[in-house]
Amino acid sequence: MISKERQVIDEIPHLRRYARALGYDKTSADDLVQECLARAMGRLHAWQPTGTMRSWLFTILHNLHVNLHRVDKDVFDIYPDSYLAERKAAQADSHTGLLVRDVNAALAQISDEQRSTILLIGLEGLTYAEAATVTGVPVGTVMSRLARGREKLREIMDQDAEQTLRRAR
Amino acid sequence: MTVSDVTEDDLHAYVDGALAAADQARVEAWLAEHPDDAARLAAYGEQNAALRECFAPVLDEPVPGDLLAAAMPAPAPDGRSIWFRIAAAIAFLVIGGAGGWVARDQWVAHPDADVAEFALNAHTVYIAEKRHAVEVQAAEEAHLVRWLSKRLGKTIKTPDLIGLGYRLVGGRLLPDGGRPTAQFMYENEEGVRLTVYVQRNDQVTETAFRFIDHKGVSAFYWVDEYFAYVLAGAVGREGLLDVAKEVHQSLAR
Repeated sequence: MISKERQVIDEIPHLRRYARALGYDKTSADDLVQECLARAMGRLHAWQPTGTMRSWLFTILHNLHVNLHRVDKDVFDIYPDSYLAERKAAQADSHTGLLVRDVNAALAQISDEQRSTILLIGLEGLTYAEAATVTGVPVGTVMSRLARGREKLREIMDQDAEQTLRRAR
Repeated sequence: MTVSDVTEDDLHAYVDGALAAADQARVEAWLAEHPDDAARLAAYGEQNAALRECFAPVLDEPVPGDLLAAAMPAPAPDGRSIWFRIAAAIAFLVIGGAGGWVARDQWVAHPDADVAEFALNAHTVYIAEKRHAVEVQAAEEAHLVRWLSKRLGKTIKTPDLIGLGYRLVGGRLLPDGGRPTAQFMYENEEGVRLTVYVQRNDQVTETAFRFIDHKGVSAFYWVDEYFAYVLAGAVGREGLLDVAKEVHQSLAR
């Protein structure tokens, strides 16, 4: 059996990926994950495996994100501007495909609830029940957020594709 | 097969591979007759693929040392020196201010979540780092102090240890049971590294210096009006005491 501690460490890359996909830059995403880990480790002794380690950790991360999103967008503003500029430049340098860039831009245009639901399921591969636990809503709500979010993403990406085509003509 | 057999939920579950084989066949039969839905599902499938492609590189990035440190296991409750257990008990009392959310989570009293232990672990992790020993270099000391003060919620000073031959390398922010904590690193000409760990103290209790030793790393631990401090280094008790006095005096100036 894999130790609880090992299970936590194994989830770090996934937590980082989810935080980045939510829209945090690298530094802020890692700050968020660090806070999540600190809380998880403080409670690890009391943790009982009723669900998966992944869904427990994602629940902690999700709640931190929701709280931040709601009250204090400024809390992660701890680095000088020059540092952020450097990060942005590094991101711009990475070559990604058209569809990939589109999906990233489209993600920014849907609601945070739809975005997190789509990411938990489509990116992180959580089950619908796990996504419901993480986001603290019934499965029915997860399904409607998923359906609306995916349709919205499709509309946005179709529009973008049309515009690109028109420009090309 | 009737139209009502397939729901919107079924269609999404098909995209996400969450259907049993029989249901999968049912949805496929439906899609064969409903090209609009088939196109829609194809687009959803592409979304999933694009998301994975877009964010896959994050999985391959090396996990930063800070995050590994944050996931460092709390030590087993026994098998350590009596000194350490005493220090841990003291530390637990001192950080009682953290009891707020501890109690909320019905967290069983566990003295391992203590400042001194974390400080020693963090010391061991970061002094080994060549390039990433600190997050912010000493050259940016003003920024370092501003940043850490902001995170700790109180103005902190960097102890001046140059009189003892230790120059400031820089500092970083660490989590300790969810409490922001500053770590300053110092180095002398022989490359010996010391760390000073500073955590906000919301209690009024002040303590004298206390010495602990764990796996060859020694630490002096004390609490003043505003902060709990842990000075850690593998320089022996006497050597470390001189530095501890200097840190204490430097902060009082």
